[in-house]
Amino acid sequence: MAYVSVKGGERAISNAHAWLDEARRGDTNVPELGVAQIREQLSLAVDRVMMEGSCYDPDLAALAIKQARGDVTEAIFLLRAYRTTLSRFGASEPINTTKMSVARRVSAAFKDIPGGQILGPTFDYTHRLIDFGLSDDKTVPAAPLGDTPVAEHIPAIASVFAHEALLEPAPTDADDGAEPYDLTRQPMAFPAGRDQRLQALARGDEGFLLSLAYASQRGWGNTHPLCGEIRMGEVAVEFTPEELGFPIEVGEITVTECQMISNFEGSAESPPQFTRGYGLTFGHNERKAMSMAIVDRALRHAEVGEAGVHAVQDEEFVLYHSDNVEASGFVQHLKLPHYVDFQAELQFVRRLKKEWEEARANSDTSEFAEAAE
Amino acid sequence: MSMITPIERDEQLLVVEGLDKSFGPIGACRDVSFELRRGEILGIVGESGSGKTTLLRCISGQLEPTGGQVLFNSRRHGMHDIFALSEQDRRRIAREEWGYVHQNPRDGLRMRVSGGANVAEPLMMNGRRHYGEMREQSLNWFERVELDLGRIDNKPRTFSGGMQQRLQIARNLIHNPSLVFMDEPTGGLDVSVQARLLDLMRVLVREMGLAAIIVTHDIGVARLLADRLLVMKSGFVVEQGLTDQVLDDPQHGYTQLLVSSVLQI
Amino acid sequence: MNAPSNLPANRVYNYAYLDEQTKRMIRRSILKAIAIPGYQVPFGSREMPVPYGWGTGGIQVTASIIGPDDVYKCIDQGADDTTNAVSIRRFFARVADVATTEQTEEATIIQTRHRIPEAPLQEGQIMVYQVPQPEPLRGLEPRETETRAMHAYEEYGLQYLSLYESVAAYGRIAGGAGYPVLVDERYLMSPSPIPKFDNPKLHQSEALHLFGAGREKRIYAVPPHTDVRSLDFEDYPFEIQSWDEVCALCNCDSSYKDEVILDDDGNRMFVCSDSAYCGERRKQGHSGPLAGHALDQLDQPEDAE
Repeated sequence: MAYVSVKGGERAISNAHAWLDEARRGDTNVPELGVAQIREQLSLAVDRVMMEGSCYDPDLAALAIKQARGDVTEAIFLLRAYRTTLSRFGASEPINTTKMSVARRVSAAFKDIPGGQILGPTFDYTHRLIDFGLSDDKTVPAAPLGDTPVAEHIPAIASVFAHEALLEPAPTDADDGAEPYDLTRQPMAFPAGRDQRLQALARGDEGFLLSLAYASQRGWGNTHPLCGEIRMGEVAVEFTPEELGFPIEVGEITVTECQMISNFEGSAESPPQFTRGYGLTFGHNERKAMSMAIVDRALRHAEVGEAGVHAVQDEEFVLYHSDNVEASGFVQHLKLPHYVDFQAELQFVRRLKKEWEEARANSDTSEFAEAAE
Repeated sequence: MSMITPIERDEQLLVVEGLDKSFGPIGACRDVSFELRRGEILGIVGESGSGKTTLLRCISGQLEPTGGQVLFNSRRHGMHDIFALSEQDRRRIAREEWGYVHQNPRDGLRMRVSGGANVAEPLMMNGRRHYGEMREQSLNWFERVELDLGRIDNKPRTFSGGMQQRLQIARNLIHNPSLVFMDEPTGGLDVSVQARLLDLMRVLVREMGLAAIIVTHDIGVARLLADRLLVMKSGFVVEQGLTDQVLDDPQHGYTQLLVSSVLQI
Repeated sequence: MNAPSNLPANRVYNYAYLDEQTKRMIRRSILKAIAIPGYQVPFGSREMPVPYGWGTGGIQVTASIIGPDDVYKCIDQGADDTTNAVSIRRFFARVADVATTEQTEEATIIQTRHRIPEAPLQEGQIMVYQVPQPEPLRGLEPRETETRAMHAYEEYGLQYLSLYESVAAYGRIAGGAGYPVLVDERYLMSPSPIPKFDNPKLHQSEALHLFGAGREKRIYAVPPHTDVRSLDFEDYPFEIQSWDEVCALCNCDSSYKDEVILDDDGNRMFVCSDSAYCGERRKQGHSGPLAGHALDQLDQPEDAE
């Protein structure tokens, strides 16, 4: 009888979901995890969920992670489904990352750059040895403060190149007053503008972008990237209410920004110079920001007159397949019953098999007949 | 040996007037003008980089010229600048009245479907909906281009380079075009295979009374197939005329060099 | 069930979940789709609380057209009690405060995945299809920029090419579900993965058919009384599936069948895929060779609590 249980019903669904709740809680002898604990102690997971969920709300992201049992992609989905129900007041002013309160800032292009190299809270140079001490509660001493405060305005890497015009100028989108492309309200369209591309990449799956970036570094995309600058810290978000007509600060967010620099040989129109790729994420996520910047640059191949032959350079391929909520839903929809289509396939294959067997039987007998003659 | 046959119908089929095509500051075709009559075979010769492939792509509607006109005498529109037509009309002309043979058969074939389907596709593109008839016509064309009928359901990748080129030629002639563009059609083939293919093309094109424009850097190919020649250098047409005339009595220094370089081999 | 209702007094979300602006945007897309039968209208598909691929397009279409006076039916694989159909029906019962039914005749909106009901559709009814891949040419040409051009220029030779290959390989046109159709002799359209058995029901239908693809962000439509032709060759005409077996429960010999495996010895039975249709026939006294089988009870509508 177990075979017909697909003809399920409401009770089966309710019971399954009750079981899910129980599994999420785990052993009740272990204290329940608080949302604040997730927000404070699993903050990089929170950052990723906010970014790919396109919603800057650490508490909500932490709650989504709790509800999703730590499944980050599921938590991103939860946050997105909530976000879509929120009303919109408008678009903020562009954030200004040169005015960032920098917590970390490094450049691989120069030994020292104006504003200095600031390591900040990084996994880099830690030895990846499991710290068994962490399994017990212990107080962490405060990190020592520097002797001099970090400069208030740290210039972007572009300014270092400014005198020599060796770096292509930042693409300036015509400020025609139009709202930026919004993938959550408009379907994907091609060719994609810079706003559409960067939004899709920012929302895109970290793992997918990482693999594409990696592939392009290994030769499947030929971008020869170099990390011009990574900076992470807090920036002010400003919004201009219609009734005021001037921008007011509505809060601060933490972002990670990456300027990737690639060689460019020059063309008939452009002199030999360095070209850029840009990455920006909510929170602290250098892996994503760097991957995004490499993929952004790879997708700009036509702009700089390079042939685009690799997957990472194909905007339809990259932008259509970078969204993990879409991808996860569609891959997993194969769990839904398909027995109507499968019945059609079954019929077809059975018919072909029967004909094949008949044809074979006929040829066998005719060969036999020939042999007998 | 020249193959000039008297042109029975001297109606104009294609007129190119002052065609320019530049990529940025680089002029790939400059002020190119010529005419083509029905049933006439025009060879475009010149070394690589002379602009002949760009010219072919412009007059076959794939690249929009920077200046000048490409007038084609189509069944639907009469003599008309193809770039003044809508893209839909231009694509329809290409589908109904043109063929385009690529140097690399992989660019001109669908590698994922059978040889037979490749040959029959132009018929379906032009609205034919009877499987049996299309199958018969494909088989007929397999025969005409001397391909093994037993391999009609095999994928093109199982065919040799010469066979693939025959497949491509069949695919480009089955719908009875009035004009076929050929870009170095024998370029990638062995010399012995080339000769047989050239012979086949010569027979087919004459039998069908097609007009053709053949881009080649091979003077031998031009001599065998073309009624008239256009010699290109640095984007300019430096000389044009009847094939025999151009090859036997080249006027321009560059043509003289081209011809002499062939004779020396 | 005990789900919290979405009545105005304690409504958490807007009526039918989507906000009114979004509904208006989707309705505009639907109107455009109806005006150009078979044309895929891009729309600003929203992120829904169910996964992409699980009916987000159909749900958004339903949410945009549903009202409190509607009677809603939701089926998956022809059956009202498959899990995803139950889940979606529950969603609308909760957020749109709408009456639900399993009877095809009673419904004003029928949302479906993979089937068209056996009972003839009537004037005024709306079929809403969940569509995984709206582009019939996608399997042949992966690029959206290319397929859009093919539709614009009505270049459908590529689709016939696949039919040609199928006849060459199998001696007949393959494709049992999602069989491509030409709508109003203009646009090539995927009827969604319904079996080709159901294709003829779209032709000159009394009902309005709306197709929603949430992940791919497309809406398209077949208005009532529109020509819908399944592609074929003159010498290989379109044909639909048929079964040697009758329905084991209701004895029907003309319906689309599910194959139910009974044990590990290869025993199986065939039953109507349209569970409401089969139940209605049994109620009328039709009885098949395995009438009284356990599945017989399972298929009966659950009693309202």
